[in-house]
Amino acid sequence: MNPNLTISETEKEITEEFALFDSWDDKYEYIIDLGKRLTPLDPIFKKDENRVRGCQSSVWLVADYLDGKIFYKADSDAMIVKGLISMLIRVLSGRTPDEIIEAKLDFIREIGMTTHLAQTRSNGLLNMVKQIKHYALAYKIKDPVPSKN
Amino acid sequence: MNVSLTKPKSLDINVIRLEFPILNREVKGRPLIYLDNAATSQKPRQVIDALTQYYNNYNANIHRGIHTLAEEATAAFELTRDTVKDFIGAGFREEVIFTRGTTEGINLVAYSWGRKNIHAGDEIMISSMEHHSNIVPWQLLCEEKNAVLKVIPINDNGELLLDEYEKMLGDKTKMVSIVHVSNALGTVNPVKQMIARAHAVGAVVMVDGAQSAVHLDIDVVDMDCDFFAFSAHKLYGPTGVGVLYGKKALLESMPPFQGGGEMIKEVRFEKTTFNDLPYKFEAGTPNIADVIAFRSALHFVLSIGKEKIRKHEQDLLEYAQHELEKIPGLQIIGKAKEKVSVISFIIDKAHPQDIGILLDNRGIAVRTGHHCAQPLMDRFCIPGTARVSFAVYNTRFEIDELIKGLKRAVKILS
Repeated sequence: MNPNLTISETEKEITEEFALFDSWDDKYEYIIDLGKRLTPLDPIFKKDENRVRGCQSSVWLVADYLDGKIFYKADSDAMIVKGLISMLIRVLSGRTPDEIIEAKLDFIREIGMTTHLAQTRSNGLLNMVKQIKHYALAYKIKDPVPSKN
Repeated sequence: MNVSLTKPKSLDINVIRLEFPILNREVKGRPLIYLDNAATSQKPRQVIDALTQYYNNYNANIHRGIHTLAEEATAAFELTRDTVKDFIGAGFREEVIFTRGTTEGINLVAYSWGRKNIHAGDEIMISSMEHHSNIVPWQLLCEEKNAVLKVIPINDNGELLLDEYEKMLGDKTKMVSIVHVSNALGTVNPVKQMIARAHAVGAVVMVDGAQSAVHLDIDVVDMDCDFFAFSAHKLYGPTGVGVLYGKKALLESMPPFQGGGEMIKEVRFEKTTFNDLPYKFEAGTPNIADVIAFRSALHFVLSIGKEKIRKHEQDLLEYAQHELEKIPGLQIIGKAKEKVSVISFIIDKAHPQDIGILLDNRGIAVRTGHHCAQPLMDRFCIPGTARVSFAVYNTRFEIDELIKGLKRAVKILS
């Protein structure tokens, strides 16, 4: 993430990047490229307790809490999902629990990726967003007045 | 494999395609290429028209009313039963029971026949290539009755090991429930031979015909199965309709599955007597419109001829297998000698989900995942596959587009 940008500014940035593409093919090629560039998760984190439920592809999500902010790391065995993860991390990682809980994530719709949020069993993006927000909620409850360590 | 490079001239696919309105639509700006027929087939115009005609002209509840609409609706509903009876070669119309689909048919047998006839220590046999619908109902029954579920193994080509099957059969085998055609692999199982072996030890046999009824000639009497279940929606018909065939004597000996209207003869608080077959197993108002429209689907198939359809589909199968195998890193899962037009495959370094999304992006619909056959995927040590499955309206041109789409997907993903 770019710490100088807010969540909505980062979302706007992504939306503008996608506006450059004319075709769906190009959009997906870009997402796959983002997926390839996402730092792979250390295999020790690829265990069941970090798995996000999704029918077709495996997604692992890990969260660290530091100085009142949550930092996410994630990975998947499917490349498009990895690309989508990469965008979610860019928008949401390094934010406070409140910012994450309140994030509307309109950019997903604006870049035309709503199909990946559909209630079909075939994708894990919706569950991933839920899981990211669950972490934020959990840290908010655990640490209601963020302590600076 | 012998690949005939000439297209069979017997069918004019372009004329057939005109009967399927959905094939005119575009997906992501390209003409739809629908290769997910094993999940559900598209519907010809006459099926859609039959639904509209029913609701526009003679919508009524059946078997009870004495008014004209009720009579017309009842007659049309029962006419489908006769057509189904002929379609599967059953001896009696009352052996044809309408259900919601194959899944309900299997559950009906597991519940009604199973709870009466299965006891502690009895064995129920299924295979490694079953759909979850032909696993879970039997697991539930086994748990309840303390019975044992046995699984027939398969080889690497995706064929049942018949020697093992024979060894597994015995006095304790009470039920063999076997898939006729595998939804994930396309394998055609030698059910007739297997049924004879099962009968020799006194077992009852249920055949899951969800994938076979549309591709193969079904003759339940010749096959000698005790139960046969299939779905209308994989056979160009509407969703929400299935058929359970059962031998009359067996069905008569079985208690009802669900209670309610239609299935009773007389209801007193002291005792209820049940209706005759097939109504004993058709509690409540059935799916009248879709049952009636199903007849139009069967007519569609019969008017073209199953043999001609099969020839066309086999041509597509061979052509597609031949072309797919040219893609580097692609591996076909399921190479049985006897197959219907279903091909499952995996590609090195390309997740099936990515393949599915990228093909959809080009208007090509395929199925990806475990195909509701997780134990089968475990057998091949894979999380899932991409699957293409062909129907009468598919063409070699569409397969060429599939291959182009796959090549591009592989290029982007690697």
